[in-house]
Amino acid sequence: MNKQVIAEKPANNKVKSMVSIGASSCGIAAGAEEVYKTFADEIKKAGLDVELKKCGCLGMCSAEPLVEVAIPGKPSVIYGKVTKEIAARITADHLVKGLVLKENVFEINKGKQLKIVLRNCGVIDPESIDEYISREGYDALNKAITQMTPEAAIEELKKSGLRGRGGAGFPTWMKWSLTRASKGEIKYIICNGDEGDPGAYMDRSVLEGDPHSVLEGLIIGGFCAGASQGFFYIRAEYPLAIDRIQKAIDQAYARGFLGKNILGSKFSFDVEIRLGAGAFVCGEETSLIASIEGESGRPRQRPPYPSERGLWGKPTMINNVETLANIPVIFLRGGDWFAEIGTEKSKGTKVFAVTGKVKDSGLVEVPMGTTIREIVFDICGGIAGKKKIKAVQTGGPSGGVIPENHLDTPVDYDNLQKLGSIMGSGGMIVMDETDCMVDISKFYLGFCVDESCGKCAPCKIGGYQMLKILEKISEGKGQLSDLELLKNLCQTMQKTSFCGLGQTASNPVLSTLRYFESEYKEHIEEKKCRSHKCSGLLNYRIVEEKCKLCGLCQKNCPTEAVEGSRDKGYKIIKSKCIKCGRCYDVCRFDAVHKG
Amino acid sequence: MKKEVSTGNIEKIIEKWKGKKGSLIMALHELQHLYGYIPQKGAEKMSTALRIPLSQIYEVITFYNLFKLKEPGKNTIAVCMGTACYLKGAPELLNELKVLLKVEEGGTTKDGLFNLDVVRCLGCCGLAPVMTINGEIFGKLKKGEIKDILAKYKKKEQK
Ligand SMILES: Cc1cc2nc3c(=O)[nH]c(=O)nc-3n(C[C@H](O)[C@H](O)[C@H](O)COP(=O)(O)O)c2cc1C
Ligand code: SF4
Ligand code: SF4
Ligand code: FES
Repeated sequence: MNKQVIAEKPANNKVKSMVSIGASSCGIAAGAEEVYKTFADEIKKAGLDVELKKCGCLGMCSAEPLVEVAIPGKPSVIYGKVTKEIAARITADHLVKGLVLKENVFEINKGKQLKIVLRNCGVIDPESIDEYISREGYDALNKAITQMTPEAAIEELKKSGLRGRGGAGFPTWMKWSLTRASKGEIKYIICNGDEGDPGAYMDRSVLEGDPHSVLEGLIIGGFCAGASQGFFYIRAEYPLAIDRIQKAIDQAYARGFLGKNILGSKFSFDVEIRLGAGAFVCGEETSLIASIEGESGRPRQRPPYPSERGLWGKPTMINNVETLANIPVIFLRGGDWFAEIGTEKSKGTKVFAVTGKVKDSGLVEVPMGTTIREIVFDICGGIAGKKKIKAVQTGGPSGGVIPENHLDTPVDYDNLQKLGSIMGSGGMIVMDETDCMVDISKFYLGFCVDESCGKCAPCKIGGYQMLKILEKISEGKGQLSDLELLKNLCQTMQKTSFCGLGQTASNPVLSTLRYFESEYKEHIEEKKCRSHKCSGLLNYRIVEEKCKLCGLCQKNCPTEAVEGSRDKGYKIIKSKCIKCGRCYDVCRFDAVHKG
Repeated sequence: MKKEVSTGNIEKIIEKWKGKKGSLIMALHELQHLYGYIPQKGAEKMSTALRIPLSQIYEVITFYNLFKLKEPGKNTIAVCMGTACYLKGAPELLNELKVLLKVEEGGTTKDGLFNLDVVRCLGCCGLAPVMTINGEIFGKLKKGEIKDILAKYKKKEQK
């Protein structure tokens, strides 16, 4: 399929040279502000006429701060891991003399990527509505409102085949159509920006890097559903995203894209932000609604579905951030155009946050149907260090692991489900041979037990019991019969939990059992954790032959577990050792054995 | 400096959110932003002004992880325990902090200088493992660097 990449930057035909700095949370954390200041100073000192701007995330977070330099008539260059010093050199050599600093160039592998959702991220200044408008921003809204009826617009969306990117993959047009069909004067639309999945951050990047596209999608959604009020529900842990969305809302009001009689039409629409407060279950639709209503975020009975009775009892449509960011493009290029991308049942692209033991961790947007191996190896450079890949985890706490021999699977909703995982929101966590699967399943289950709202017993009590069993296994106190028990509990939780959290909490356990049962058995039968992750099975010992009697281990042990002296030699007393690993870290002679 | 809980401040927040539907959580956020926790006086005032039973307000505060009932230490350290950070060594960072500060999760150091919290994913997983101090992010953090970072904050305090 030869698809034109719509996000490919147009050749820089502006007259001015341009320096853009990736200044999302991740960029700022890596020092983007300082780099920006250096550029501002150096450019001024050199008396250059250069446009300097902060934009969203350029994608490859592990190489931040990222800086793009575009000189008219030349291909643009991206620099990675830019420091103050490098910024000064870029100014002096690249901007003044036109010499590229080859050793600092960062190659972002664009080959297999296709940017639709991220079309503006890292390209425009997210705080400027004018830059958004200059890239066809709000054209789709204009088209929908002035040239289409809501019914025709929903029909167009149906052609696109877009499915919700928040996890379950429900057809978006159907949700819109159901809400539209519900009776009621007042209707709401909510953008779900809770992004509770640990290890996923594509929604944050889009909210920070291109807030207007999400807002435009929300307004179009409001128009189609017949809603008069929209909400952004954003987690409070994302302050920059909140700030940028607020700015976008203010700017849209000032330009007449929000408020009364938008663009001269009969359609009026208002938008407000509401904040989450650190509860994973609030990503679930009915909990989210309870939270906006000012209550504890406990899920409510479905049906009636929110499209019928949602926020304050009114029909409510809830869409994920990435889903909404797709909307303007679909209306600009048409549903047929979108439907050509991807696989038969999963259309368009998906953004993945690839993290863990991968070389270039970051955000990747690929057409549905790209294989996991292509994403991890061709785009993200494979495994960091010399280790071997073990598995890729997708779908977060509701998902599962995909072992190495299935990496050639094309990703789409159905394929991942067949493998016992899910697409979820798009977290992709790469694990290598030093990661322990019992530990991973304990980690995810522990997360769900912590985050369970406590409303129903299967989730609260079942999850806790399973966690206890996993802890036992990881300490070498498990029995083979525990594995059967685990599988039974998993099924009970899936079938009887009240909401999606409890229904899916056992997926990581089931999928690690499915592909890595031998590792569980090793913990149980051989009392061994081959990756040395389960501290209960870990022992530290001082190897006499290697010990040079320096005493560093004794000095550094927080619990006085190292006994002995320079004359007598050293020994670790098992009962006092808390397995913190300090002795192992400080020993310069490899004399502390871990295993 | 310990911030005096002032009636005026609390009233300003209430005024802003009063007539709005479902505003309790937003008002609580603002209150906590101001004081670092939800002071009892604030919760009581909100209960009367917003006509929400005090018990319900406390139920909400305790349900959500981010709301605090106790005044935290001067500097809040938050270690990310999201999946990416976990795999890349966050548990060891947390352990190191516990040893250096002699506190457990959620605790405040004896001198009141630090609060040690654990959070779920700050969305900077590309820089894992990540820790923040008062919102400032330290990415790709190594165990060995923590001592120096803490020392910097202690030094600031002595000035
Ligand atoms: C426990 C739980 C947590 C969820 N967290 C999120 C989330 O953080 N963000 C999100 O968009 N959807 C989340 N979802 C899915 C939403 O409930 C909902 O299906 C989605 O927002 C719908 O939008 P979409 O149709 O555009 O995907 C979660 C679901 C469950 C059961
Ligand atoms: S499944 Fe868990 S999170 Fe969902 S209602 Fe039951 S206890 Fe609450
Ligand atoms: S692992 Fe920690 S507690 Fe155990 S002997 Fe070594 S330093 Fe002491
Ligand atoms: S897992 Fe730590 S920032 Fe996401």
